[in-house]
Amino acid sequence: MSQYEPLIGAVVVILFAVSVLLLSGKQAGKKASLIFRTLPGVNKLKRAVGLAVEDGTRLHVSLGSGSLIDPACPSGLTGLATLDRIGQLTSTSDLPPMSTSGSGGFQILSQDVIGQNAVVTNTRDRMDATLAQLAGVTSFSYAAGTIEALRESGTSANVFLGSFGAEAGLLCESAERLNSFTLAGSNSVIGQSVFLALTKDALISEELYVLPAYLGAKVAHQASLRVQDIFRLVIILILIAGAVFKVMNWI
Amino acid sequence: MKSLFAVVVAILSGLIVLAGYFFSAPALLAARTTMLDWAVTLAGMAGLVSITHLIFGVHIKRLRESGSKRFFSLIVILVFISTLGAGLYFGPAHPQYQKVVTAVQVPIETSLMAVLAVTMAYSSLRMLKRQRNWMGVIFFLSVILFLVINSGALAFSADIPVLQELLSGFHQIPAAGARGILLGVALGSLATGIRILIGSDRPYSG
Repeated sequence: MSQYEPLIGAVVVILFAVSVLLLSGKQAGKKASLIFRTLPGVNKLKRAVGLAVEDGTRLHVSLGSGSLIDPACPSGLTGLATLDRIGQLTSTSDLPPMSTSGSGGFQILSQDVIGQNAVVTNTRDRMDATLAQLAGVTSFSYAAGTIEALRESGTSANVFLGSFGAEAGLLCESAERLNSFTLAGSNSVIGQSVFLALTKDALISEELYVLPAYLGAKVAHQASLRVQDIFRLVIILILIAGAVFKVMNWI
Repeated sequence: MKSLFAVVVAILSGLIVLAGYFFSAPALLAARTTMLDWAVTLAGMAGLVSITHLIFGVHIKRLRESGSKRFFSLIVILVFISTLGAGLYFGPAHPQYQKVVTAVQVPIETSLMAVLAVTMAYSSLRMLKRQRNWMGVIFFLSVILFLVINSGALAFSADIPVLQELLSGFHQIPAAGARGILLGVALGSLATGIRILIGSDRPYSG
């Protein structure tokens, strides 16, 4: 690692944070209206949320087998933000959403999110301690535990958002057997390829992280989506410039 | 309701750990190492709390309900108690204890892996039915192409210069695709981390 790398990293993080803060402001939010790229899976999820409320069925958010102290934890945290938003959207339903996770940290946080939603929406009477479950602590035991939870709870839609590997295949197959809608995204390349092959609606790459913004969670989610797009454009330009410089033998 | 104290602690902890990563001041490094050690200990405790919740909150509750699932819950509880007892008596690093746990865990996970292999093969065959779009067709053709390339069936290409270079070029494609995906994942992770760091995303009540 060169001496400049930490400095570059710090500058990127500070620029990103300042941009998110600036775009989260009320004035910035009013000035620029967001136009989202269509993600068919997200539209189907919104429909599935509506149907679940009407039918009185449950939605399941799976946070994957990753841990809170893994570098891959942001995908699970995005899953938590999605669980929070789905909890708000289904507050009029008889059945609040349930969540399964593969680590103690995420199980406690998901229970906290479901509990907070119950307090905010005044639905504490529908709260159940089993709504946030630790399905298993290894990837395959997590898959086995989640399949069992899916069968028992009678879910009509599943959102798999988090750290998933090859075990995601078992989850997708199980969800398909139950005829439930599945929207899935993973931070790992293996998990993404399994989801793409085995589900109708897979979220690829950064699509996983923008789901809360698409569900209209908070202004900060939408602001970070804008900043993410700006940074992506900058990275693309740097990559193209690098390739051109390399071809021209300038570097 | 979210406690202000919890939010302040979370933001400060995040900032200290992040600053310790970027700047090598001894005080920052010491604070960062200590905080990460605390995080590991807390994660362990959270695991214990969650397993206790799984046993007493889910399986004990299921024992009280009627149905065939009671039997499996009983097995889970008995195995948990015996594993916990043996772990406390021998210690988790004891070779015999490790041997017994591994002898149970490895065959079960291997069986699940075998089921997964069959499931994936069967589901892949149905992929085009599920994904009737360009993405699905390209994905399917790529899978077939790279299966053929990596199977060694084209080993004779070593003698044909143009074909060898073509295949060598094909080998670069998955790496390029994965790099693009990982860049997106990195940006998304950064955005999520920043939202938590500035306190706009708070998955905790405090």
